[in-house]
Amino acid sequence: MDVSVEKKIQLLETMIVSRKFSDALKQLCKIKDKIPGMMIVADGQEAVGSGVCGALEPDDAIITNHRSHNHLLAKGADPKALMAEIYGKKTGCNKGKSGTLHLAVPEINAPCTTTVVGATLPIAVGRAFAQQYRKQPRVTVCFFGDGAADEGSFHESLNLAALWQLPLIFVCENNLYAGGQRYEEHTRVTDMADRAGGYGMPGMIVDGNDAPAVYRAALEARQRAVSGNGPTLIECKTYRWGGHSETDPHEYQPRDEIKAWRDKCPIRRLSEALLDQKVITAAQMAQMTSQAEGVVEEAVRFAEQSPYPAPREALEDVYT
Amino acid sequence: MQKLGMGQAVNQALREEMHRDPGVFIAGEGVGVSIHVNPMLPTHGLLEEFGPGRVKDTPVSEAVIAGLAVGAAEAGLRPVVEIMFNPFFTLASDMIVNHAAKLRYLSGGKSRFPLVVRIKSGAGFGAGCQHSHNLEAWVAHCPGLQVVMPATPADAKGLLKTAIRDDNPVIFIEHMGSYFAPPMPVPEEEYLTPLGRADIKRKGRDLTVVTWSGMLGPAMNAAETLSREGIDIEIVDLRTLTPLDRKTLLSSVEKTGRLIVMHEATRTGGFAGEIAAVVLEQGFEYLKAPLRRVTGPDIPVPVSPPLERFYIPNADDLIAAVRELLP
Repeated sequence: MDVSVEKKIQLLETMIVSRKFSDALKQLCKIKDKIPGMMIVADGQEAVGSGVCGALEPDDAIITNHRSHNHLLAKGADPKALMAEIYGKKTGCNKGKSGTLHLAVPEINAPCTTTVVGATLPIAVGRAFAQQYRKQPRVTVCFFGDGAADEGSFHESLNLAALWQLPLIFVCENNLYAGGQRYEEHTRVTDMADRAGGYGMPGMIVDGNDAPAVYRAALEARQRAVSGNGPTLIECKTYRWGGHSETDPHEYQPRDEIKAWRDKCPIRRLSEALLDQKVITAAQMAQMTSQAEGVVEEAVRFAEQSPYPAPREALEDVYT
Repeated sequence: MQKLGMGQAVNQALREEMHRDPGVFIAGEGVGVSIHVNPMLPTHGLLEEFGPGRVKDTPVSEAVIAGLAVGAAEAGLRPVVEIMFNPFFTLASDMIVNHAAKLRYLSGGKSRFPLVVRIKSGAGFGAGCQHSHNLEAWVAHCPGLQVVMPATPADAKGLLKTAIRDDNPVIFIEHMGSYFAPPMPVPEEEYLTPLGRADIKRKGRDLTVVTWSGMLGPAMNAAETLSREGIDIEIVDLRTLTPLDRKTLLSSVEKTGRLIVMHEATRTGGFAGEIAAVVLEQGFEYLKAPLRRVTGPDIPVPVSPPLERFYIPNADDLIAAVRELLP
């Protein structure tokens, strides 16, 4: 299936916004008392969120994990509300309750970012069940890393999703590292997608740095799900350029390995292809970049200018 | 008035709510096709009445049963899922403690999680400590959850109906002994029993016994025995641990000046400690005597009948505690 030029440009734009957003966070988190908590970004992995979310309809849901920014931006979250939340401000999408690691954006059907590794899976099962129960032609996407595939919740969730043929796409974003542990150090299975067969669902392997390829795979899985043919496990093979978090010196990642993967940058790859095919011009590319920078600058300005919540607002929102 | 066991009352509540609201569904291990077929059990006959689309037998997968509830509730359904026995809560606990309880807060109040987790609980079946372990204090310790523990069939029906309609997660703990106790009157008409309100099951002037769930029966028996000696016990059935009805608790202690808290769960870190703290903080001046706890000892629930009987607090234990406090 050919991916349209318009779609490719959209995928590229999303990835550039994600990268610029991350670039800003990597700087901001180094400034004392600027950003609370641990900063986790996903540089080099932008094609996964962009490609998968590019295949979704607005009413489709995503459940995402600690490395969520790319997913949420690709799903359509407001960068200003995200940035303000990351700052811990009152105007943040969760009024300062969640911060960078638990961003919840239910208005775009991204109701949960969970930091408990493997916890996206059972929740996604519930979200997909609701879609099936109401006979809605919608899907839920569940993002998780390769480390989460070692949790018990992975087993329970894939088994039940396949048993009930839920409209669910399990997206394993295999970035080769689970914390400080290399992929080969946490499982014997060469391809995580192989585990799908053990649950009676199709597994797909896709180049996770190729946004149109990820998009095609997600579209196929979505079609299967809404046709009533159940879940799919898509393994997106990609790479985490940085450490687990911005304070992780990540000496366990060989420097030549990082360099090799940086050369496979998903943004450069798609933009060069589009430039080579003369689908976009260098000027258009520069404009996309400066547009993305503008979006992020505006988000940072909004967050900077927003007030903190009053301390006693901590007591609100536990119950309805 | 109809007389029902607690399981039958739960069954009636589920039936009524499923008829009322198509968004209510139930799921769990053996909620449809069960290894135990008994009309006294809570989900008996529901599969036949509502079909497999709404009565979902699940694999033996507690984590995903609880996750199913979290995800479906966020999407606007009203799941009522069952954890077969209280100790198996540990297998579902990440979804309940870290997600059902916290995701609304993490959303800044945007999302709601109208889910009920029904848990069967209580010793007395020789089932052993991995099937019998009262963990209500664990869940009561989690902001974001509400913990309901009915002691009578009538309360079970009214509280469960309220719990299903509530927009916040409810942990609904049923004492299995009550399924097979002699049936008790349950109103046939529609009624809702509010969460967060204790019920004075016996009025008295000399001493307050605060209890809940399976210990109401022994407490009532003890009060009856003591009344023959002219000792007048007031029994406060908490019904919901969180939210806690401090008002009823404190006004009862203000009246009687003496307090015993009785629960089947083990002693250390048990919810009696919280009751004691509330009274010491807000009603210290009411107390004419030290308070006492009548609880299970700090041991796992043993299997052998004399050992298990030793574990479960009974009317005699309560009577002994009362005698310590009354001059």
